[in-house]
Amino acid sequence: MKLHLKVWRQNGPHEEGKLVPYQVEANPHMSFLEMMDVLNEQLIKAGEDPVEFDHDCREGICGSCNMVINGVPHGPLKGTATCQLHMRHYKDGDTVVVEPWRAEAFPVIRDLVVDRAAFDRIIAAGGYVSVDTGSAPDANAIPIEKNKAEMAFDYATCIGCGACVAACPNASASLFTASKIAHLSLLPQGNAERKTRVLRMVEQMEKEGFGDCSNHGACEAACPKEIPIDAIAIMRREYVKAALS
Amino acid sequence: MESQSRVTTALTSQVGRKILTGVTGVLLVFFVIGHLLGNLQLLDPDPNLFNSYGKKLHDFGLLLYIVEVALALLILIHAVIGISIFAKKLKARKGGYKGVGVKEGGMGKQSLASRTMIITGVVLLIFLVVHILQFRFGPAADMMIDGEKALDLHGLVMSTFANIWWVLFYVGVMLLIGFHLRHGIWSMLQSLGMMKPRWSKGIHGAALVIGLLLAVGFLLLPVIIYLRQA
Repeated sequence: MKLHLKVWRQNGPHEEGKLVPYQVEANPHMSFLEMMDVLNEQLIKAGEDPVEFDHDCREGICGSCNMVINGVPHGPLKGTATCQLHMRHYKDGDTVVVEPWRAEAFPVIRDLVVDRAAFDRIIAAGGYVSVDTGSAPDANAIPIEKNKAEMAFDYATCIGCGACVAACPNASASLFTASKIAHLSLLPQGNAERKTRVLRMVEQMEKEGFGDCSNHGACEAACPKEIPIDAIAIMRREYVKAALS
Repeated sequence: MESQSRVTTALTSQVGRKILTGVTGVLLVFFVIGHLLGNLQLLDPDPNLFNSYGKKLHDFGLLLYIVEVALALLILIHAVIGISIFAKKLKARKGGYKGVGVKEGGMGKQSLASRTMIITGVVLLIFLVVHILQFRFGPAADMMIDGEKALDLHGLVMSTFANIWWVLFYVGVMLLIGFHLRHGIWSMLQSLGMMKPRWSKGIHGAALVIGLLLAVGFLLLPVIIYLRQA
C-alpha cells in the first residue's frame, strides 16, 4: 500500500519547522512505527536525515512513541499507543499527517521528539512513596480492599506519554497529574505524603506552564490506557482536603 | 497569617480556580432557575401578579441590595477566572495541529458548547449589562397595588417585547445561555469533584436536559409576550 505522509520536520528547539511530504510503500501488517522505520530507511538511502521520533518498548507500555496522527494523539484507535496501531487501519493512497505533541511545556527537540522533562519534575514534586529500606517486605503484608486495589491499578496504568496534554485544547496536564495522585491516594502506602503530594504536584504542574483544565474530556479520549477523568475529580477532592487541613 | 496565605495559594492554584468557577457556577445556576420561575409569572394576564412579586422583592430593602451585590461578585469572580483560563490556554498551546481526524469512541466530552465557553461567557456578560440597565434601572412607571406604591415592571416587559428586535436579541442570547449551561452544568460538578465513574455519563446527559429546559423556558417568555401583543 502506498501512503502519502506529511511529517513535521524541525531541526532544533529554536528552528522553524514545517510539514514535509513523503511517499512510502507499507504493508498492512506493519505497525505505524515500522512504517516510519521504512520511511527512515528510504531517507537514509537517499542521503537525507531520518525523521527523529521516540520509541522504546513497541508493546504499548513505555509511553515513548508520541505522535499526533491526523490531528489525534496516538492515532484513531481507542486505548492504543502509536506502536500498537497497525497499517491495516489505513487504505492505499491515504494521506497521513504526523506531528509532534504541541504544548509550550513540551518543547520540540527535533522533528517528532519533544522534551517531556516537565512530567519528571511533576513526579519529583510528590509522585512517590516513602518506604523503609532493607529486606523485601512480605507480600500481602498490608491488606488492601479488592475494589480499591483495582481502582488504584487503573490509575497506575498511566505510562506518562503525554497524550492527555497533546489532546487537551488548553494543553493541561491535569489527567497525568491526577492519575498519579488518584493512584497513590487509594493505597495505604501513599498515606504518608498524601497531603503534601497533591499540593506540590498541582503547584509544579502550574509552574511548568501547562494550561488549566476546562473539563473537555479530550484527555480521557486520547489516553492509550483509557484512564477516565474521574481521576481529575479525585485530585480536586484530595486538593480541597489537603488545603483545608 | 500563615494560614491566610495558604488559603490564598490554594484558591489561586489551578485546582482552586476550577473550584471557585464551579462554586460560583452552581450558585448562578440556582439563581437562574429562581429567576426563570419568578419570571413565569409574567405569563399571567393580570399585571398585578408580577408587579406584587417585584414589590415583595423591593420590600426586602437592604437585604435585596446585599443579594444584588453578592450576585455581581459571583459573576465577576466567575468571569475573571474564565477569562484568565482562556488567556493561559493561549500561552500554553501556541499552535494547533494541521492534521484533521477523529478518534474511535469520540473526542471526549468536547462539543461546540465546551469549546465556545469564552465566547458565550463574554456575550452573556455584555448581555447582563444591557439586561440590568433595561429592567433593573429601566423606565418603569409608578403604579398602586392595594393602596401602596409599586413599579409597573410588567408593563415595562410588555412594551419591551412588543419590539421584534428585542425579542430576537433575547432569543439569541438565551440560546447562548443554553450552550453555556450545557457544558457548564456538567463542568461545575466535575470541577467540584462530585463525580464517580458510573455517574459521569448521567451527569453529562442531565446537563444537556437542564441547559435545554432553562434556555427554552427563558426564550419562550419574550416570544409568547410578543405573539400575544401582535
